[in-house]
Amino acid sequence: MRTLLALPRRLWGNLKSEVLVLPSRIFVLAGCVVLLALPLAWDDAYVLRIVTMTAIFAIYAASWDLLAGYTGQVNFGHALFFGIGAYTSALLSHHLGLPPWLTVPIGSAAAMAAGFLAGIPCLRLRGSYLSLATLAFPLILTGLLFAFPGFSGGELGISGLKRVVAAPLANYYLAVVLMLVLVFLMWKIGDSHTGLIFHAIREDEVACRASGINTTRYKLLAFALSGLFAGVAGALFAHFLRVAGPSSLEVALSFQAVIWGVFGGAATIYGPVIAVFTLYPLTELLASFEIFKQIRLLMSAVIVLLVLMFMPRGLAPWVRDKIERVCPRCKNRNVYTRHSCRLCDASLN
Amino acid sequence: MFQDILVTGLVNGGVYALLAIGFSLIFGVARIVNIAHTGFYMLAAYALYGLAVKAGLPLAAAMPASVIGVVVVSLACYKLAIEPVRQHDAAVLIATIALALIFQESLLIAFGGHYLGVPAVADGFATILGVRVSYQRLVVLAAVAVVLLATWFLLNRTRLGLAIRTTANDLEIANLMGMNVNRVAMLTVAISAALAAVAGVVVAPVFVVDPFMWLSPLVTMLAIVVLGGLGSLKGSLIGAFIIGFVEAITVFTVPAGAFLKGAVALTIMVVVLLIRPEGLFGVAFEEER
Repeated sequence: MRTLLALPRRLWGNLKSEVLVLPSRIFVLAGCVVLLALPLAWDDAYVLRIVTMTAIFAIYAASWDLLAGYTGQVNFGHALFFGIGAYTSALLSHHLGLPPWLTVPIGSAAAMAAGFLAGIPCLRLRGSYLSLATLAFPLILTGLLFAFPGFSGGELGISGLKRVVAAPLANYYLAVVLMLVLVFLMWKIGDSHTGLIFHAIREDEVACRASGINTTRYKLLAFALSGLFAGVAGALFAHFLRVAGPSSLEVALSFQAVIWGVFGGAATIYGPVIAVFTLYPLTELLASFEIFKQIRLLMSAVIVLLVLMFMPRGLAPWVRDKIERVCPRCKNRNVYTRHSCRLCDASLN
Repeated sequence: MFQDILVTGLVNGGVYALLAIGFSLIFGVARIVNIAHTGFYMLAAYALYGLAVKAGLPLAAAMPASVIGVVVVSLACYKLAIEPVRQHDAAVLIATIALALIFQESLLIAFGGHYLGVPAVADGFATILGVRVSYQRLVVLAAVAVVLLATWFLLNRTRLGLAIRTTANDLEIANLMGMNVNRVAMLTVAISAALAAVAGVVVAPVFVVDPFMWLSPLVTMLAIVVLGGLGSLKGSLIGAFIIGFVEAITVFTVPAGAFLKGAVALTIMVVVLLIRPEGLFGVAFEEER
């Protein structure tokens, strides 16, 4: 009996000492619980659909951040990976009749390969040149798709795809759980030794190379990983909407990733995710009011502009700096209400 | 067909040159990647539609009025949206994307999403080398030539032009020499928007006017400035005509060329970048030294 109780007690102890001490961690835990419990409380098909889409776009936005935020390779053509994920899985299931649980991984792998290949020319470019050159990649692919309408479906794209799972509720859990797992994975990558090197490449590539790091390899790794995660989002998106069209390669979608990434706070992973969960449902909510229907995109652009004026580093870092303070001695985070560090007892004032 | 390619290439290349030079100017002086640049081009086309078709003004009055209106709007946008976030490059970028979206949505609400037409300055055709060229296209060519010459004169023969070139060359030194770099940046924004507005006003009768007309020239313009070298005006001019002619050749010689013209132009840009990462006439900026 005692051993049975020991495990929950230890879990509760860990929760109390590790999670409940920081408002940002409480927020993440609450967010996960709300997402997983939402269908139990509010089983509305429309709401489930919006949150599923939001979760898919959250993977996409976070994957942009892994490449652009961390490594500093500001990609203006991120829709390339999304589109390749969507089109590969759609073409495979349309022409070969493969089931979705097979096409989604293959689509993601194709997007990963595309990330690697797109990364090779980008090795020679930097800064604004890289951004503007990457903008071209999805448009070149769009041109090719339009030139072979028999194979790619042309402007209409490929429709009538199978869902990965049939029920809307199962689709919801698939997207949300996958989002949580993949975002956690990306955050872990960003936090790891590799992530540290990504940061270093952004800050000073020459110094990084001088320290004996093969920056070429790490930049290609960043491109491939980012392509992989964006490809998962794209393939899921295609199978969820049951259509893969040229809109998945649009300039607007590439810009959307940049907007989400910078609005939420670059090089954080959680920032873009929070941005998607704020902006995407907001625009959908605005669309549900008759008066706002026409101006929802206008409203969201104005909101982005206003938020950036007051918090140029992004929403999530701004809020986090308000509610938490970094200990000057041990660099751990503390609630803003504390006067001494919770770990090393140094004064925070 | 050869004559078709020549005329189309010259007209499109000229319009692209106006857009690309404006974009390059503002990138050179203020390091702003202005995604909203073709938004000004679209605003000018709509202003012309509003003034000439809706309000019934004569074209001779509506055209300058549209250009002046767009310049005023651009300065207001710069003051309100760009200047407060100037220190943060990423925020400036998002601000310009947001501005472009705001233009698009405002026009969508004000004028609706359908294609609009603006009457030409002069109807009819002239036959040159056996090709029928509409007078409006000749007007476009003439306007492009005049504006490009005026820009060249302004930049190379006036004190303001010297100030702009100096600031583009080295902002910090220009500032140390006692130049008001913020005012130079403001004036550059005005000139750059005016160039885009002239392009918008002259092509409005040739192309259709709709709220998404800023997207496709935006991509072509970015390809041109990257191809020519960011911040290099000579590069922008030559790049514009290269891309203009490449597009014309693709459209007239390749089957399904209209779909592929963008892809071919962008592929050329990528290939040039692979061989010369700083573009054809790129200049090394201080942060890359």
